[in-house]
Amino acid sequence: MEYILRAENISKSFPGVQAVDDVSFGLRRGEILALVGENGAGKSTLVQILCGVQRSEAGDFFLEDRPMTFFSAYDALNAGISMVFQELSLVDGISIAENIFANRQPVGRLNNIKWRELRRKTQELLHRFNLDLEPTTLVKRLPMGTQQVLEILKAISTDPKILILDEPTSSLTEAEIIDLFENIRNLQQEGMSFIYITHKLGEVFQLADRVMVMRDGQYVGTRKLEDVTEDDLVAMMVGREINDMYGDTIHAAASQEEYFQVDKFARKGVFQDIHFGLQRGEILGLAGLVGAGRTELARSIFGIDPKDSGSIILEGKAIEINKPQEAIDQGIAYLTEDRKGQGLFLDMSILENLIAPVLKEFTNRFGFLVRSNINNDVANRIEQFDIATPSASQKLLNLSGGNQQKAMIAMWMGIDPKVIIFDEPTRGVDVGARSEIYHKLRELAEAGTGIIMISSDLPELIGICDRILVIYQGQITGEVTRESFSEELIMAYAAGIKNRKLH
Amino acid sequence: MTDQETGTKTIKSNSQTIGLLTSFKQLASFREFILLLVIIAFTIVMTLASPIFFTRLNIEAILLALSVEATIAVGMVILLISGGLDLSVGSTLAFVGVVTGLALSAGLGTVLSILLGLIAALSVGLLNGTLVAKLKINPFITTLGTMITIRGLLLILAKGRAVLNLPKSFTVIGQGRLYGIQFPIFILLILVVSGDLLLRNSRFFRQSYYIGGNENAARLSGINVDLVKIFNYCLVAVLAGVAGLMITARFGSSSLTVGTGIELRVITACIIGGASLSGGEGSVLGAFLGALFMGMLANALNLLGVDVYYQSFITGLILILAVVFDVLNERRKASRR
Repeated sequence: MEYILRAENISKSFPGVQAVDDVSFGLRRGEILALVGENGAGKSTLVQILCGVQRSEAGDFFLEDRPMTFFSAYDALNAGISMVFQELSLVDGISIAENIFANRQPVGRLNNIKWRELRRKTQELLHRFNLDLEPTTLVKRLPMGTQQVLEILKAISTDPKILILDEPTSSLTEAEIIDLFENIRNLQQEGMSFIYITHKLGEVFQLADRVMVMRDGQYVGTRKLEDVTEDDLVAMMVGREINDMYGDTIHAAASQEEYFQVDKFARKGVFQDIHFGLQRGEILGLAGLVGAGRTELARSIFGIDPKDSGSIILEGKAIEINKPQEAIDQGIAYLTEDRKGQGLFLDMSILENLIAPVLKEFTNRFGFLVRSNINNDVANRIEQFDIATPSASQKLLNLSGGNQQKAMIAMWMGIDPKVIIFDEPTRGVDVGARSEIYHKLRELAEAGTGIIMISSDLPELIGICDRILVIYQGQITGEVTRESFSEELIMAYAAGIKNRKLH
Repeated sequence: MTDQETGTKTIKSNSQTIGLLTSFKQLASFREFILLLVIIAFTIVMTLASPIFFTRLNIEAILLALSVEATIAVGMVILLISGGLDLSVGSTLAFVGVVTGLALSAGLGTVLSILLGLIAALSVGLLNGTLVAKLKINPFITTLGTMITIRGLLLILAKGRAVLNLPKSFTVIGQGRLYGIQFPIFILLILVVSGDLLLRNSRFFRQSYYIGGNENAARLSGINVDLVKIFNYCLVAVLAGVAGLMITARFGSSSLTVGTGIELRVITACIIGGASLSGGEGSVLGAFLGALFMGMLANALNLLGVDVYYQSFITGLILILAVVFDVLNERRKASRR
């Protein structure tokens, strides 16, 4: 079959890392090529070279057999390579139309924008994607998922031959993902070729024709989807087989007693009638679709957001939590899903991060920090949680996603929590580090801590949890124990098709 | 027919009947519209309160008084939209007055002297723009630096003394009339109208929204970010220069202290008019209406005999109110999503 794009011996290094190392591959006309690999495997750098954002140090690439050199993303766009970036690149304060046709608005002789034509072109594009939106609506009025779809429309509006998507589904709901895939297949029918970067192997099997694997900047291989299993891909990505992804999953509860109980939690329009308990040593999963209210519930339990009603019982005592400090004082830790935005101080050192929630403990009676105690404690925790770093003074910014996540766990273990609420513990964490995090969670549970884990990754919940509660539109619709775990059952609860109260 | 289909039909017919209401709501979501309503209401109240307020003489006085601020605001709001900020406009304004004044006293012609003044302004803009765009120095720090430096430079140039007795051929700019309207008002209106049209309709000017909204994305869309930034700093500097010429011509002398503190009043007008310090939002019309509102307020307080000290107090309160209004409005809309 004919290759629309070929890359030969592409290399690129950054100070201290060989990001892309002598990679050659081809993209066939009209195919969807999935690109997978762990974080730091070089996927993003490779596609950034293809679309002109980065320049390669060595190697050539050919678009329809013509050699190409791009000096900017604009050059690539003009040649027919368009990319949807992971971060939203929309401007809040202006309209849908102007966002899609950023700097490509149709203009008249005086460089004046032809508004009517702009509106018409936008309308056409919106229709094609079955979006019932007004071209003049300001982007800031749209929900996140719609913005993500606009991002894709923006890339498609240039009529590219090749569209590169970098984890486009990370903030989409199930329904939006289904729509997106259908649109991608339609465009494929029209002859467009795709490079699709993702961490979700499920999507690879749903969508792609072939899959290419990278590891440590190098090309590992390309396979047809029918010739490969999920385990094969993981082995290719990690370079070894992970036999024991989730660790020991057979858990013997220390006691059946529910030492932590959440009772009648409600917040108008967000969640209602939430009631559940947690046993010592238990890992309790909260499943549900994006937007079902799981994170909001966790935030209310932890005292970040208000609640209308509800009470919490810890070790037989009713406790009142109205702000995070009170939750911390009671021994509850909340590890946010937004690690970079809210969870960590990325510009600060590991040491400063690890002591952030427990500054009080390291302060002497004159109000000064006691350095020697801090250094010891931090060194211990770095070792205990296997954070790979040259020193405790390293900025978190310079660590991988997996190590940042471990640092966040280490940070919160400083308060010696009785209950841990962990929101999306493996988001943006690659397969190898994921397994380490699962093992750490299991260790913590075995030491008697109860863990509430929120995740949108069903296989992960099924792999590690002892029990899963499913939330749909702010209510617990199902409770599933390990014996009856199945993706179908949990999805049925999560989509509101099944409800335990109805039978 | 399924339930769903009937549902959509009902929604559609409903949306037609409330079409007028929604278009009003859409209008009301524009800051300019709200400001205009406030200004009209304010005018009505003041006309009832004072017989002088709604007279041609007083309206002209208001416009003349705000012509300097509003002229700079046209450039400032574009700069703010692109995520920039310029604190040095007050110094630039005085600098241009001194350069032109000195050139006139040295016997250079009026046109040449004005040109020299504007070139001086342009060089301040180039300096600011290059430091911010190329060396990536924070705009606040950059222009704080040039604000102090330029003020010092003009003191050195003028040896600490104002330049007096400027020729009639020059002062006519600030004092002359056309169709019975003073020149500065004309200049101001032309700048506001053309600035607003350009910022709304020209592709070049609209690039500022993308840069202020998301600089990296703007770069990826093929926008020459550095060029636009430098242009915007030059634009606001040149407009500050124009304001400096107007004020120097009006007084017939180049003052060394003129324009102190004007940068904050200009930025205040822009923000009342809907601009944001984080960029990506605002319009020339809004900035003008913001300046107009501040000017009318000052005028009204004068007419009502309110102590001059209260003006600053009230202007500050209004700025805070405008921003609080914005925040609450956004929050209400966000919660409705």
